[in-house]
Amino acid sequence: MDSHVSEHETTPEAFHEPTRRDFLFLATGMAGVVGAGALAWPFIDQMRPDASTLAAASVEVDISSLKKGSTLQVKWRGKPITIRNRTDKEVADAKKVPLDQLKDPVARNANLAADAKATDENRSAGAGKENWFVMIQVCTHLGCIPLGEQGEYGGWFCPCHGSVYDTAGRIRHGPAPENMYLPPYELTPGKTVKIG
Amino acid sequence: MSGEHSTYVPTSGLGKWVDARMPLPRLVHDSFVSYPVPRNLNYAYTFGGILSVMLAVQILTGIVLAMHYVANTNDAFNSVEFIMRDVNHGWLLRYMHANGASFFFLAVYLHIARGLYYGSYKAPRELLWILGVIILFLMMATAFMGYVLPWGQMSFWGATVITGFFTAFPGFGDWLQQLLIGGFSVGQPTLNRFYSLHYLLPFMIAGVVILHIWALHVTGQTNPTGVDVKTKTDTLPFTPYATIKDALGMAVFFLIFAYFVFFMPNYLGHADNYIPADSLKTPSEIVPEWYFLPFYAMLRAITFNIGPINSKLGGVLTMFSSILILFVVPWLDTSKVRSARYRPWYRMFFWLFVADALLLGWCGSQPPEGSIVFMAQVGTLYYFAFFLIVMPLLGLVETPKRIPNSITEAVLSRQHAGGGGQPVPVPAAAEKR
Repeated sequence: MDSHVSEHETTPEAFHEPTRRDFLFLATGMAGVVGAGALAWPFIDQMRPDASTLAAASVEVDISSLKKGSTLQVKWRGKPITIRNRTDKEVADAKKVPLDQLKDPVARNANLAADAKATDENRSAGAGKENWFVMIQVCTHLGCIPLGEQGEYGGWFCPCHGSVYDTAGRIRHGPAPENMYLPPYELTPGKTVKIG
Repeated sequence: MSGEHSTYVPTSGLGKWVDARMPLPRLVHDSFVSYPVPRNLNYAYTFGGILSVMLAVQILTGIVLAMHYVANTNDAFNSVEFIMRDVNHGWLLRYMHANGASFFFLAVYLHIARGLYYGSYKAPRELLWILGVIILFLMMATAFMGYVLPWGQMSFWGATVITGFFTAFPGFGDWLQQLLIGGFSVGQPTLNRFYSLHYLLPFMIAGVVILHIWALHVTGQTNPTGVDVKTKTDTLPFTPYATIKDALGMAVFFLIFAYFVFFMPNYLGHADNYIPADSLKTPSEIVPEWYFLPFYAMLRAITFNIGPINSKLGGVLTMFSSILILFVVPWLDTSKVRSARYRPWYRMFFWLFVADALLLGWCGSQPPEGSIVFMAQVGTLYYFAFFLIVMPLLGLVETPKRIPNSITEAVLSRQHAGGGGQPVPVPAAAEKR
């Protein structure tokens, strides 16, 4: 073994007595790590949705001409929103479904609590206006746009990977994990709906 | 390199002057002229060279296409049509670029299959293999983002579906997806950043390719026998022997490439991508480019929940794992024998794996209904079983055939059997491995 031990090597004495140089090494290293992180953040953050995308783009739609059994499609945040005046049969069909038959038992309604149950009432515009139905028409599987009034429940059917939704936009079978989402909205029956 | 001393001797005065200051000509000479390669390389070993040229083709055509393309959701589709109709030779450059991506993948899959067949990933070439898998990853990202740029229906909905993968991760999935596409749905920010990254990534690929070749030249090439190079008679200089073989392989490959470019340029594409992107209308069926079909089939094969993992996350994890698993192949294969030539059982499972990949590709191109889903599930099962069960177990139970003592011996015994070629003196018995 080499008998010449330099002053920087970790001899037993060095463990006991951290030098000023040790402190400076550590402090410089930490400052470098924090600095690199602080510098990296703007480069990552710029990728996130920008101010114009985030700007509260709310859409107000006139629904006075929307008769029972007809649908309007509008765009909100780049996504298609379906506004449907559901037929009595569609409402009755959706009400009949026991909750334990649903793949996703949560309402996914931005206007209600996050754990609200996926009853038809919670999926529609609320008690007394259950025929009114506003939904983000985007499949919860991989983001395709399901086709309306199709599939074995007469609701929506996604052509991409075969997810089937009922007349309340709830996933019944197929690869999609969740019910289609409902946007935040304010609805006056037969007059207007404001989305966002 | 390879522990050999350089044989480069600069002849001119200028050559000597450069050699003393920055010996780049020496590096090129040692790497591509005097570099020793095993004398028994076959045409399966020409795809490395073909791939280097394909990368150059893609970068060159890409740079000139970027001079005419506009990354704006209103103009992107029209600018591609403008390239096709108005730009001088624009049609040629775009068809070369679009079909070039397909042929790049064709060559890389053949290159990977060569590696799996001849055990090219085994020690000491693990890092060489891992660098190759990184290149494959970068190629996939580049190809995906490039396909979005023409802003047709398949571009838009392919981007929607593929970035939708990331929403499968619980907790941070939505945040991550918004980070990737820069909004709540695929739009202008997405197109703009994909254009930027599509221009960047090929140069990153080129960087990793340099590391890949560096690692190759440290360990030297494998060869069809899998036996290490032992004496000088086992090798030949790269030039002219490997150079001319690579050149013939390239000529044949590029002849087929040219046939596609000139006579069936849209055969490998999807007609729906000639419809401008419409964010309110999903095409009746979303199909990725052919080179992603096996992975797409595996994504769709998971139609059931696995414990706490729902079918969506399960599909996404399966698809990512199908490529990630390649990273650990050097440690999954327990056999001491490199080449499938001396592994009768492995050879059978290997060809079954090739058939399985083709079956998965076909399943990916079909609508996911009925028996297609079942076939894709069986195919996915075998895909993973090949790596996780066959590779580790076969090395323990298989009895390999007799391995030749040296490359020279293998070559000579073939020549005697075939009756051709010049006899070469057999070198002194090579030491045991």
